[in-house]
Amino acid sequence: MSARSRPWRWTARGLGALGLSGRTLVVAVPMLWLLLFFLVPFFVLGRISLAEPILARPPYTPLFERGPDGALVILANLENYRLLWADTLYRNAYLSSIRIAAVSTVFALLIGYPIAYYIARAPEPRRTILLLLVILPFWTSFLLRVYAWMGFLQREGLINSALLGLGLIDAPLVMMQTTFAVQLGIVYTYLPFMILPLYANLTKIDDAFFEASADLGAAPVVTFLTVTLPLSLPGIIAGCMLVFIPAIGEYVIPALLGGPDTLMIGRVLWDEFFSARDWTMASAVAIVMLVLVVAPVMWLQSWLDRRGLNG
Amino acid sequence: MRQTAPLAADTRPWRDAGATPFLRIQGVGKAFGMFTAVDDVTLDIHRGELFCLLGASGCGKSTLLRMLAGFETPSAGRILLDGQDMSAVPPHRRPTNMMFQSYALFPHMTVERNVMYGLLREGLGRAAARERAREMLRLVKLDGFGARKPHQLSGGQRQRVALARALVKQPKLLLLDEPLGALDKKLREETQFELVRIQETLGTTFIVVTHDQEEAMTIATRIGIMRDGRIVQVGEPREIYEAPDTRFVADFIGSVNLFEGRVDVAAGDGMRVVTQDLGPVTLRHVPGLTAGQTVWVALRPERLALGHSEPDTPNRFRALVEDVGYMGQLSVYRLRLPGGRLVQATLSSRAMDDAPISWDDEVWVSFAPAAGRVLTQ
Amino acid sequence: MKRGWILPVLAGLGFVFLYAPIVALVVFSFNESRLVTVWAGFSTRWYVALVNDRQILQAAWVSLQVAVASATLATVLGVLAAFVLARLGRFRGRLLLTGMTAAPLVMPEVITGLSLLLLFVAMEGVLGWPGGRGMTTLIIAHTTFCLAFVAVIAQSRLRDMDDSLEEAARDLGAGPVRVFFDITLPVIAPALVAGWLLAFTLSLDDLVIASFVSGPGASTLPMVVFSKVRLGVSPDVNALATIIIAVVAVSIAIAGVILYRQARRRDQGG
Repeated sequence: MSARSRPWRWTARGLGALGLSGRTLVVAVPMLWLLLFFLVPFFVLGRISLAEPILARPPYTPLFERGPDGALVILANLENYRLLWADTLYRNAYLSSIRIAAVSTVFALLIGYPIAYYIARAPEPRRTILLLLVILPFWTSFLLRVYAWMGFLQREGLINSALLGLGLIDAPLVMMQTTFAVQLGIVYTYLPFMILPLYANLTKIDDAFFEASADLGAAPVVTFLTVTLPLSLPGIIAGCMLVFIPAIGEYVIPALLGGPDTLMIGRVLWDEFFSARDWTMASAVAIVMLVLVVAPVMWLQSWLDRRGLNG
Repeated sequence: MRQTAPLAADTRPWRDAGATPFLRIQGVGKAFGMFTAVDDVTLDIHRGELFCLLGASGCGKSTLLRMLAGFETPSAGRILLDGQDMSAVPPHRRPTNMMFQSYALFPHMTVERNVMYGLLREGLGRAAARERAREMLRLVKLDGFGARKPHQLSGGQRQRVALARALVKQPKLLLLDEPLGALDKKLREETQFELVRIQETLGTTFIVVTHDQEEAMTIATRIGIMRDGRIVQVGEPREIYEAPDTRFVADFIGSVNLFEGRVDVAAGDGMRVVTQDLGPVTLRHVPGLTAGQTVWVALRPERLALGHSEPDTPNRFRALVEDVGYMGQLSVYRLRLPGGRLVQATLSSRAMDDAPISWDDEVWVSFAPAAGRVLTQ
Repeated sequence: MKRGWILPVLAGLGFVFLYAPIVALVVFSFNESRLVTVWAGFSTRWYVALVNDRQILQAAWVSLQVAVASATLATVLGVLAAFVLARLGRFRGRLLLTGMTAAPLVMPEVITGLSLLLLFVAMEGVLGWPGGRGMTTLIIAHTTFCLAFVAVIAQSRLRDMDDSLEEAARDLGAGPVRVFFDITLPVIAPALVAGWLLAFTLSLDDLVIASFVSGPGASTLPMVVFSKVRLGVSPDVNALATIIIAVVAVSIAIAGVILYRQARRRDQGG
């Protein structure tokens, strides 16, 4: 190309001499960034989870050490993992995180599905507006949306005032600092993540399927159960994954809405790191959490591939 | 064309004024906001017919079909099926079934489950439904495909599954929306006859929506031509082709040469029309015309005769061969009249073997008085 | 077909659920009283308190800088990643790159935050860089997790884009680089804008990752807000929330009008 400037040609030639094509370079830039700042950190995490905490900077033992005879010794310490298994605090935290995330996901699905379905079936100008209304809260601060519930749920909060004022209850309900509040917070903040993939999936389904079902004699409820629901399964799975997985590791919501007995693993990790200053234990907690998160994703991915629902 | 096979008069109930129609569409209209999709359509269809609604896209034929299925509610008029008013019956309770243009085969169900689906909704037992589904798959020549998913089938196979699924409930009326539209030409021609065979085997009343006039001519017992939401002509394929009521129909079905003119003498068993391009032509008498009235003479290309020597008919003209299109069994000639007007003629390629007609030949064009049809609108 | 009433009612309740807390938040930001649940008359005193809060203003400025820088970086890298995945066919490491651009979408923030911090500490031990924690580490961390979101948006746009546009340009004599800048980039521009805005918002919003990787003197707005609300409800946070909501709503309204006009022009043109 004649329009190519000199520096460009020089660069191209220089790279060619190094055996690098433009194509390789284009692949290399995002690849190297992600390798360095996304993948390598997990290895660092794994390595530190095998160290022992010490009072130093950084506060963990090195991986290699010169033995008395000058040989290199690998110091791998599985103590953290043993403790994770042995100490019921950690085990309960994992189980309780999964439980809370699962319950929240189910409720997010129950609330999100009718909204997504309604939007998907709405006529055009209304559909865009409703979609915007779903996305709008997502653009405002996550932290502040959680905070909004503090004003609702506390002892002197709006819900209690309203219920007391209406005479429906005699004493204020305890809602703040409960597992219920945490689940509510998760459902609330993650709802758009449930609705959007569901909506995307539902709008893609050809109306002819619903009509064919009605035409063959299926009442609306039957059509929903035998056609709509199975066809929207990929959307349901995607939405549930987008809610369930981040919810397992949630920290802010249990920290603001949960009580001292609301165990969640993200909070345990946070405290391990910021309060106990035990980086090695925090790392071990993170590694196990990572396995818990990655396993369902991989399983679902392969399940989707097998079912041929991905394409 | 189908009706060329000798049919006894009693198999064509629409010719019998006393017969009770099976489906009566009475003054049905449908408006979407400001847009009128279907406008005051009245139509009677008889039991066992294969009726084609033919028209260009956007003419309202699909909307009319969807009103029969119950997916759209008419804004005016009513639909009576077998004497019963369908207005208040929701789609899932109607004794009609539809074959969708996209087939709408449920992708998450096997072929067999697709076909069984409607039977299960009737409350039929699973085993009985499976038996009926297999029977129906045999009829459409798909036995052995029951365990496949729709995406594992070819386009033609999917089309037959869709047909089987719509037919298995033995509907009183089967509605087919462009049933052959997604197939390629060769497969479409084969499938046309297959569709007729199945319809005759089961005796179900079919209403087919199509934009393909050849398809309509091939399969239909009768055709209803639609334009701008209205039915403009209803008739047997031969009737529609040979005796169109309007220039629109004449032009829409097949090719036609139209000549505008005025009625000159309308007397005896013949009449004369003076046209701008051909001068005076002699035609068979049409009752109800007055002298001086503006009419159009419609001449089908295959009704024109070509020759090198002057023929012995009143309607003969000189013309210059401008173009010859060889199409295998037929050849299409584009002829320039002295006045400059282009005329199209179609001849059997074999008929020209002895004295070939080629580009730039001066030839004689002629037609018999019975060949031209006089149209008033 | 007749529409049931159940679906609209359920959907309506869903929207009430989505908006009631936000509305309450806004209403009580104008409350005279310190109590956020008892209405004591209209007042703007919490807004006044907010604009006089040096700590909050300082943190907002840090957040804004970090968000602009990391959104821009994330957009560049994310579009590259999306382009590579959508257009370059097979290459070594494709599966790895696919995984690495998708995984951050669902990765719990505590893991991302902790692992990045540990990386920075380890790098400093080995390379002597990045030299303490602050803006640089914040920007790197935010770029990494926002990149994935940009890549997802750009990839879906690239997939929807007609391949023959690029092929036509190649056919007319444009080299691959020219094609990318002349054809691909302008066509996917709306996705880039959307991706940048999303990355900007995510960065502005992030508390957890920032808490791990930021250092003294580089507290972001969410970090300051979090330390405030941990102690309980405070009305100046309501005021802050109202301002953020107003900014977001106005921006989205403007974007909506622009998009609507463009769509209308396209419709009329076609």
